[in-house]
Amino acid sequence: MKSDVVKRRGGKPHTSMFLRMLMRAAVLRRGRAASALLAMVVAAAVATAMLNLYVDVQAKLRKEFRNYGANVVMVAKGDQGLPADTLNKVNALLAGHGLAVPFAYVVARTSNGQSVVVSGTNLEQVRKLDSWWSVTSWPANSQDALVGTRAAAVVSPQGKPFDLSFQGRTIHLNAAGILRTGASEDSRVYMSSQDFENWTGVKPSIIEIAASGSSEDVHALIGQLSQAVPAAEVHPIRQIMEGEARVLGKTRATLAAATALIIATAALCVLSTLIGWVFDRRRDFAIMKALGASEGLISGFFAAEAAALGAVGAILGFGIGVGVAAWIGRVNFHAPVVPRFNVLPMVFVGSIVVALISAVLPIFLLRRVQPAMILRGE
Amino acid sequence: MFGRLVYESFRRQKRRKILAGVAITLGVGVATAMIAVATDIGDKISRELRNYGANLIVTPQEDTLDVQIGGVDLKPPSDGAYLNEADLPKIRGTFWHHNIVGFAPMLPVSVRVGNNTDAKNLTLLGTYFSKRLIFGKENFTTGVRITHPWWKVQGAWPDDNSSDVLLGENLAAKLGNKTGDEIEISGQPHRVVGILSTGAAEDNQIVAPLALAQQILGKPGAVRRLYVSALTKPEDALARRDPKSMNPEMFDRWYCSPYVASIAYQLQEAIPHSHAEQIRQIAQNEGTVLSRIKGLMLLVTLAALFASALAVSAAMATAIFERRNEVGLMKALGAGNISVAALFFAEALLLALIGGIVGFAGGALLARQIGRSIFDSQITIEPVLFPVILAIAVIVTFAGSAMAIRRAVKFDPVYALRGEA
Repeated sequence: MKSDVVKRRGGKPHTSMFLRMLMRAAVLRRGRAASALLAMVVAAAVATAMLNLYVDVQAKLRKEFRNYGANVVMVAKGDQGLPADTLNKVNALLAGHGLAVPFAYVVARTSNGQSVVVSGTNLEQVRKLDSWWSVTSWPANSQDALVGTRAAAVVSPQGKPFDLSFQGRTIHLNAAGILRTGASEDSRVYMSSQDFENWTGVKPSIIEIAASGSSEDVHALIGQLSQAVPAAEVHPIRQIMEGEARVLGKTRATLAAATALIIATAALCVLSTLIGWVFDRRRDFAIMKALGASEGLISGFFAAEAAALGAVGAILGFGIGVGVAAWIGRVNFHAPVVPRFNVLPMVFVGSIVVALISAVLPIFLLRRVQPAMILRGE
Repeated sequence: MFGRLVYESFRRQKRRKILAGVAITLGVGVATAMIAVATDIGDKISRELRNYGANLIVTPQEDTLDVQIGGVDLKPPSDGAYLNEADLPKIRGTFWHHNIVGFAPMLPVSVRVGNNTDAKNLTLLGTYFSKRLIFGKENFTTGVRITHPWWKVQGAWPDDNSSDVLLGENLAAKLGNKTGDEIEISGQPHRVVGILSTGAAEDNQIVAPLALAQQILGKPGAVRRLYVSALTKPEDALARRDPKSMNPEMFDRWYCSPYVASIAYQLQEAIPHSHAEQIRQIAQNEGTVLSRIKGLMLLVTLAALFASALAVSAAMATAIFERRNEVGLMKALGAGNISVAALFFAEALLLALIGGIVGFAGGALLARQIGRSIFDSQITIEPVLFPVILAIAVIVTFAGSAMAIRRAVKFDPVYALRGEA
């Protein structure tokens, strides 16, 4: 019988006993263990959600900021317009992370001799780039033009079709829609680049680019663009880029402060629950000590228990937190926040550290107390 | 007896009371700070959004068509109608003058720069830099340094009453001039006090005080365009309606809301013969960005409230759970469930009130610190928030204690006293 036990325990009597104590502690006092685990899970979930949001909010807000339109502009250096393959080069460099729209301009004359700026562009893309343009109806057919509200008063006061001439060539246009922006676009006439080139033969001289990404990304793109197209000058639109940087910076700083506060509160919640849990078990502590366990073993036992709790809590909490972040993304930005797995190690280590602190702190306090005192209920 | 029980409980169990009290204080502090920041963030961010520049433009009513490509005027800018500079301070007399962050008049004129042999035709833009104006008894400063915060100057900004000028950086490179040089503009020598960089058309222009441009043009008091930067309320259904189709009551409501359209309407009233229009690129996008950031902060505040409520109830539950021996003793001495629960609730109330007051003060300080370090301005805390926070603290503390108290009351005193619970 005795040899059986010895054999069964093998060479590692401590390990199996240790594991058994850990398991039984969790199973026997389900209520307290569950509430400690719950606190751990909730704290880890809140921390994960906040960190996820913090990492992702920049990308989300940048997307909103791109509604301000182009942040980079490319202007031909000479009078000849941009080389024919420029737009392809720009689109290749953008690689889908942005929008590039070419604009060609001439000064045309109306039938009664007034000067008006006419622009040829890709109207479908302008609609995406400059979402703030207020347009009564977008041109759909050839020879339809979009007329700025101030230009309309000159070229076609009653919305009738009108004639424009450039270098002796005349074009007949329908005023398909009225454009209102409050800026220089109001004094212009916009038409599709095909009609424009057939009429004037003038090539685009300006490409407006809405590049997504951080300001470093955009500056890198500007460098690449000016290398790829030496015939053009590329520069950032400072008004847009600096405004964005400031608002984004302030928002992120506020969110960082909020994240720090919330994580501290969640850690506090875990700390008070776990301290209560360990204190509650001072009898276990006293019995182990009375039976001759070393302080190191006892601390190790409680620490292992807390670490296991922290690990399980962190993983469950991570899953829930990612869900919460995705929900917030959907509600506020109408796009889910992508789970960031690089947040996981932070949450994992953080949870275990907080759990360890809250387990070791009461042990440290109980260490000086005689086991007999605890067992007598004092 | 009840009062003594509560008093002694606080006197003798300082450690536990302090732990629970600290948890409540911190929870309330975080909640207060977050609510204060979230209620004020709209205001703060809309001020930051003013860094995008003016959102309104005022032009003369009978303005001729701009013939402008890439910010360069192709038509001699000297013809056309003008606004009167003397009317500008009246902007401070409009209903929403507190919402007007600043304004900057612009007057482009063609000038000849250099000696007669190699003179160049250039555009000189007259404007206010940081001009002191007086309206009634009010003194205020306004100009491009407020409305165009992305304009950067190497050197110094010219004085608005001087005849010093700024050179756009591209122009300076082309002319080979630098800060401190003198250049001849339309026959008069002027000192270049700085090099201006804007990333736009002004990089190829000379920028000078408005009075100088008017003098060159020979039209004192003339202003071509006026940029106005105003704090506005995001558009809603009312804002999108045409004011002409509103009944008087609705019109009053529209007029007294700081919509960009109603501010434009009031600017038109203030400045005779003018036409005010929103700059849609700036004005329209402000609303979306603002509502996203506000929504985000609201959700984050909810998370903070949730986390602090949880921390408070965890601390309370722990504090009560540790005292089941006491409960057992009280019950063995004949105390009823109600008096035991009442004792715990009274203690919770006291803790919640103390923690609530201290936490509110701490949270207010924290909010102020956040405001100062992030937005360089105070975050104002509404006094209304105080009773609300206190009520929340009491409710959360009670809710957090309720479960634990219920369990404590249900203990069999025998088990509790034998320490077998």
